[in-house]
Amino acid sequence: MSNKTPVIAGVADVPLVKGKVLNGENVMSIQANAALEALDSAGLTLADVDGLMVTGMWAVPGPGQLMSVTMAEYLGIQPTFHDCTNIGGSTFELFVARAALAIEAGQAETVLILYGSTQKSERSRNLAGRAPVFNMQYETPYGMPTPVGGYAMAMQRHMHEYGSTPETLAEIAVATRKWAKMNDNATSRDDLTIDEVMESPVISSPLRLRDCCLVTDGGGAVVVTTKERVKDLKKKPIYIKGYGECATHWHIAQMPDMANLDVARIAGQRAFEMAGMTHSDIDIVQIYDSFTVTVLLTLEGLGFAKPGEGKDLVANQNTAPGGNFPLNTSGGGLSYAHPGMYGIFLLIEAARQLWGECGERQVAGVKTALCHGTGGTLSSGATCILSTEEG
Amino acid sequence: MYEKPLPVIDSDSRPFWDGCKAGKLLLQYSKSADKYFFYPRPFVPGTGERDVEWVEASGEGTIYSYTVAERAGPAFQDDAPFVVAVIQLKEGPRMLSNVRTDSPYDIKIGDKVKVYFDKATDDVTLPKFDLA
Repeated sequence: MSNKTPVIAGVADVPLVKGKVLNGENVMSIQANAALEALDSAGLTLADVDGLMVTGMWAVPGPGQLMSVTMAEYLGIQPTFHDCTNIGGSTFELFVARAALAIEAGQAETVLILYGSTQKSERSRNLAGRAPVFNMQYETPYGMPTPVGGYAMAMQRHMHEYGSTPETLAEIAVATRKWAKMNDNATSRDDLTIDEVMESPVISSPLRLRDCCLVTDGGGAVVVTTKERVKDLKKKPIYIKGYGECATHWHIAQMPDMANLDVARIAGQRAFEMAGMTHSDIDIVQIYDSFTVTVLLTLEGLGFAKPGEGKDLVANQNTAPGGNFPLNTSGGGLSYAHPGMYGIFLLIEAARQLWGECGERQVAGVKTALCHGTGGTLSSGATCILSTEEG
Repeated sequence: MYEKPLPVIDSDSRPFWDGCKAGKLLLQYSKSADKYFFYPRPFVPGTGERDVEWVEASGEGTIYSYTVAERAGPAFQDDAPFVVAVIQLKEGPRMLSNVRTDSPYDIKIGDKVKVYFDKATDDVTLPKFDLA
């Protein structure tokens, strides 16, 4: 054991124009840009990095199969701790937990967490679904639009059990857009109304176009190092107070309860217990919003609302700027950016809010933040509770 | 010529797809666990019992949840709107499939369904469902 305390010390995301990276940059160079900016903001350099965690969906088959090895070479570092786990969009909340464990165990002192995607520039995304092999041989032949169809079925079941409605989801889309309007790097900043969401084309009922996240490029970096190291550095340390994770299924028909998100319930409980905190201790929440329904199910799963009562929590624009429950303050995957795996941007926005760097969209007095990522088709969940206070 | 994706049949799934070809919906059952399960595996998921046998299911079930796909991948777009559903089989397991109907938006959770077999190729027949 190192007896050192892991903290988040720097973050960065890459600029986007109309959802695309600048100058046709490639997926490795955007990650390097984010890494260098995040390290610099923390007062560190690449030479300080001895841990590397990276995931993604590029260059498979090929160098992307050994993504942490490939990125280590590109960055010119020789990490003593590295990881390219993929549990979907929630991977980054898991990475923070793993980085903390690695630092506590003395495996590394400064861990760089990276993500990049140029899926929009490459036009590589469609609804066709996964190769019909292994568990997907029981799904792909039936044409479910992927992944939206699985989320749509979860919402249909939630409506059936709890009486939530498409308006519930529209509240989330509109509130998230209002936050995006205060983020200069957000892709979608036009006005959006409840009616416009509910009149947008159905993609996979009951989900409509404006219930779905954007499809953009994007890249980001998070630096995890030690409190001892940060003493001389530029930023206030952000402590990793608690974390938890869970996976229940991959194939949507195997989801234990489609109206209740067990992965969020279990991951969240573990994170709260580890942090010794309750919901009222959390100042700001960043939740994976691949779809509006992801947010509704996650709020209930994490216990911010009782099962079926998420609709009351998000009603009347309660999660928008000025509301009682500031949520997804960057504009989220719905309006800021969604480059395939969004979870790193939850951490980046939480850190910026904790540092008070968010300008117009800054929430007053933020000392604790909860980030919860979702991967697959409501398949995996990972929670992190972060705080500027150590005790 | 069938141009949609077909299951890549493997050692676990061969008996299931052979059953569909013969007009039978097969599930696996463990006597010691007293449990039916799907999709096919050589042990009971979660508990590991090995006394797994293939049994013919009733083919009856209810709609646990569903979606009407208005947009889909290239191979399916011309079929839209169509229904994708998770079927709660009478024996317990859930299965994803299509429900055949001319009025997709009239479908409801809880509707009773019955399997039918849709021959795709000489090798593959897909189990799909009609409203019962």
